[in-house]
Amino acid sequence: MEADLVFDEMWADGTSIRRPYKNIKTWLDAEERNSLKAKRQDANDLFRLTGITFNVYGSEEGEERLIPFDIVPRVITANEWNKICKGLEQRVRAINAFLYDIYHDQEIVKAGVLPLEMLRNNPAFLLQMMGVNPPGQIYTHISGVDLIRTEENEFYVLEDNVRTPSGVSYMLENRETMLQMFPELFTKNRVQPIQNYPQELLYSLKNTLPDTAENKPNVCLLTPGPYNSAYFEHAFLADQMGIELVQGNDLKVVDGFLAMRTTQGHQKVDVVYKRLDDEFLDPLNFNEKSSLGVPGLFDVYRKGRVTIANAPGTGIADDKAMYSFMPEIVEFYSGEFPLLQNVPTWRCAIKDQLNYVLDNIHELVIKQVHGSGGYGMMIGPTATKKDIANFRRKLIATPQDYIAQPTLSLSTVPIFTNKGFAPRHVDLRPFVQMSPEKINIVPGGLTRVAMSKGSLVVNSSQGGGTKDTWVLEN
Amino acid sequence: MGPRKLMLGNTANGLFWTYRLLERAENMSRLIETGQRIALTRLNSSDKQWLYVMQTAAVSSEYTKYYNKVEKEAALDWMLKHPKNNSSILSSITSARQNAKMVRHALTTDVWEAINGSFLDIQNLLKGKIRERDLSIILRTIKQSAALVRGATYGTMLRNEEYDFCRLGTFIERADNTARILDVKYYVLLPSAKAVGTSIDNVQWETILRSVSAYGGFRLEYGHEAGPSDIAKFLILDKRMPRSLIYCCEILKLHLLSLCSTYSNKPASFSQIMQLQNRFLTHDIDAIFEFGLHDFLQKMISLFADLSAQIEIDYRFYK
Repeated sequence: MEADLVFDEMWADGTSIRRPYKNIKTWLDAEERNSLKAKRQDANDLFRLTGITFNVYGSEEGEERLIPFDIVPRVITANEWNKICKGLEQRVRAINAFLYDIYHDQEIVKAGVLPLEMLRNNPAFLLQMMGVNPPGQIYTHISGVDLIRTEENEFYVLEDNVRTPSGVSYMLENRETMLQMFPELFTKNRVQPIQNYPQELLYSLKNTLPDTAENKPNVCLLTPGPYNSAYFEHAFLADQMGIELVQGNDLKVVDGFLAMRTTQGHQKVDVVYKRLDDEFLDPLNFNEKSSLGVPGLFDVYRKGRVTIANAPGTGIADDKAMYSFMPEIVEFYSGEFPLLQNVPTWRCAIKDQLNYVLDNIHELVIKQVHGSGGYGMMIGPTATKKDIANFRRKLIATPQDYIAQPTLSLSTVPIFTNKGFAPRHVDLRPFVQMSPEKINIVPGGLTRVAMSKGSLVVNSSQGGGTKDTWVLEN
Repeated sequence: MGPRKLMLGNTANGLFWTYRLLERAENMSRLIETGQRIALTRLNSSDKQWLYVMQTAAVSSEYTKYYNKVEKEAALDWMLKHPKNNSSILSSITSARQNAKMVRHALTTDVWEAINGSFLDIQNLLKGKIRERDLSIILRTIKQSAALVRGATYGTMLRNEEYDFCRLGTFIERADNTARILDVKYYVLLPSAKAVGTSIDNVQWETILRSVSAYGGFRLEYGHEAGPSDIAKFLILDKRMPRSLIYCCEILKLHLLSLCSTYSNKPASFSQIMQLQNRFLTHDIDAIFEFGLHDFLQKMISLFADLSAQIEIDYRFYK
C-alpha cells in the first residue's frame, strides 16, 4: 500500500500486458491518434445531444457541463467480478440489517460493538425513523459502493453510498456511446450487458411494495428539480424506467395516502424513488423550510402506505465516521468475515488516534465526516503547507468531525490524452439493487478517473472523468 | 375508465408549453425572414418597416422601452436574442428546451434529441454579434430545426394524451399568431382598402402572406386577380391552409375531443372550442367584415387566451 507502487490494470508489473487488456492493446495500437481524437469529439457531441450533462452549483446561468469521458474501457474479468459481487452482497445485506437494527432494538449497541455516541451525536441518525418498518424491511434499495483496487487481488471499499447514490446514468450512457462509436469492439470482446439496469430497478422497486399497493403499482421518481446537479440523471432514469418524474409540488397527501396530481385529479403513489436529501423530504417532519418536499409524506410512510427508496435515515450507514466500524458491522450481522476490505481508518474523535494523525498528517488523507463529493478533504502527500496548517487547526478544534486514512495507491488504467496514452488513477462504483426477493448487481459500474497526472481525486465535481467499464464473460 | 396510469398535470403543462414555445420561435423567425425579404427587395422600404414586424410579433412596445429609434440592427438583435426580450427566438427556444427537459420522460428519444440538438445549434449560432450575412443561415437553421422536431413528433410519438397536449400547444400558439398578424394590418384587408394597392404586389399583403408562409399557396389557389378580402378569407376560413384560424380550430377540437374520449368526460375547454367554432367560424368572410374585421380578430385572440387558460384548469397544469 505504498504510494510509489502503483498497480496498473493494463500493465501490472510494467512489462507485460495483463490478459484482460490484450484485445484493448491490439485495438489501440491499430488506431490513428487523429481518428481517436475525432472519436473523442464525437463522443462529447453525443453526450451533449443526449443531454447527459451536470449542472454546476452556484452558477447563475445554470451552466451545463460534460463529465470528461475517456474512450479507453476499463476491463474486469468474470472471476474478479464474481468475487466483488459476493463481497458487495454480503456488505449490502449487512448494512440493511444494521439499519433495521439501529432503528429498532439496537442490538449492536447492546452487544457493545458500536458505541451509542456514534448514533447519539450523529445528524445522519434520523430519530423519526425509530420503530418505523419500511415495506419489505428494505432500507437500501440501491447502493453505490465505491471500490478501489491496489493490487491484482486487492479491492477496498472506500465509501458506501446508500442515501442517494448517483452516477448510474453515466454508466449506461458510457456504454451506449461506446456501442455507437466502436461497435466492432463489442463483436470482438464478450462484454456483459448492463442496459437492463433501469428495468431491473423498476422490477426491484415493484417487489418492495407497501401492503396498500394494488394491482398496478404506481412508481415515481422524486427530484428536487431542474436546478439540481443530477437533474439529467433523474430525467434519464424516469424516462428509461417509464415512470413519472415528479417534484414536491406534484405530490400531496390525500386521505392519508400519497398522491400525484394527474390531469384527472390525484392518483395514489405506491413507490417513491427518492432523489432528494432526507432533510428536504417533508417540511412537517424534517426541515420546515423545505419547499422541495411533500408535507406529511413521512406520516404516510410511517403508516406503511408508501415505499421510499432509499429509506429515509440510511445516511447513518454511509457516514464517514460509521465507515470505520463497517468491518465489525458486517461481521455482527453476517456472522462472517468481511469479504471486501475496509481502508484502515483513524477516528480523530479518539485521543490516541488523533495524536497519531497529527504526527503523520503529511502521509494521510483527512476527510470530513459529513462531507461528500470530494469537498472538505485533504490529501497529505500533495497538500500545500497552508492546507496542512489549516487542517491541523481544524483537527484540534473539532476532532470528531474528521477521520484519517492512509494514502492508498489507487490502481491506474490508461486514458487517451492529446499526447497519447497515459495511466490515470481510477475507482469503481458498482450499483447494487436490493429487494426482499434478491440482490441484483448489474455487471459493470461507474469507473471514475482522475484526469490529471498523479491526481487521486476522481470526483466529477473536482474535474474527474468517467470510462466505460467492461465485465467480461467467462 | 380502467386502472390505467394517468399522466401528471405538470407533465401535460410541460408538453403544452414546449410546443407552444417552439411554435413561437418558428413564427418569430418567419416574421424576421419576411422583414428582411421586404427590406431587400423593396426600394422604398425603410427601417420603419421593422416596427411593423415587431408589432406583428407583439414585441414592439418592449423594444421602445430600451431603444428610442427603430433600426434594423437593433430590431434584429431584439427579436433574435436580446436578453430583455422574453419572446426572442433564443428565449423561446431556451424555455422550450427547459420545458422539454422536465418532460423528457414523456417524449420519445428522437423528439428529445431533436429539441435538445436544435437548441444547442441555435444557441451556438446566436452567440456573439450577429452580422447581416449570418441571418439567412440562422433563420434556415431555425426552420430546419422546427421541421425536424415536427417530423420526429409526427413520426415517433404515440397518439395518446401526451401527443394531444403537444398539439394543443402548437395550435393555440399558431392560431394566436395568425390572428395577430392579420390584426396588425387588418385595415389593408378591408374590402374598401383597394385603394391602398391594386394587386397582390402590394407590399402590405406580401408581408402578411409571407409571415404565414402562404405567399405561394395563396397565389396558386386564388390567382393574381385576388383582392385583399381573399387574403382574409384564406387566413381565416380556408380549411386547406394549415395556419388559418379555422384549420387551427379544427385541430384543437380534434385533440380536445380525443382527450374527452381518453378521460371519458367533457370539460369546459371542449365546450369552449365548440362554441368558438360555431359562433365565429361558420359564416362567410362578408359576414366577418360586417361584424368588423378588427373586432372579430380581437375577439378571436381573447377566445384563444380563454381556451388556453381553461385547458390549464381542466387538465390541472398547476393545481
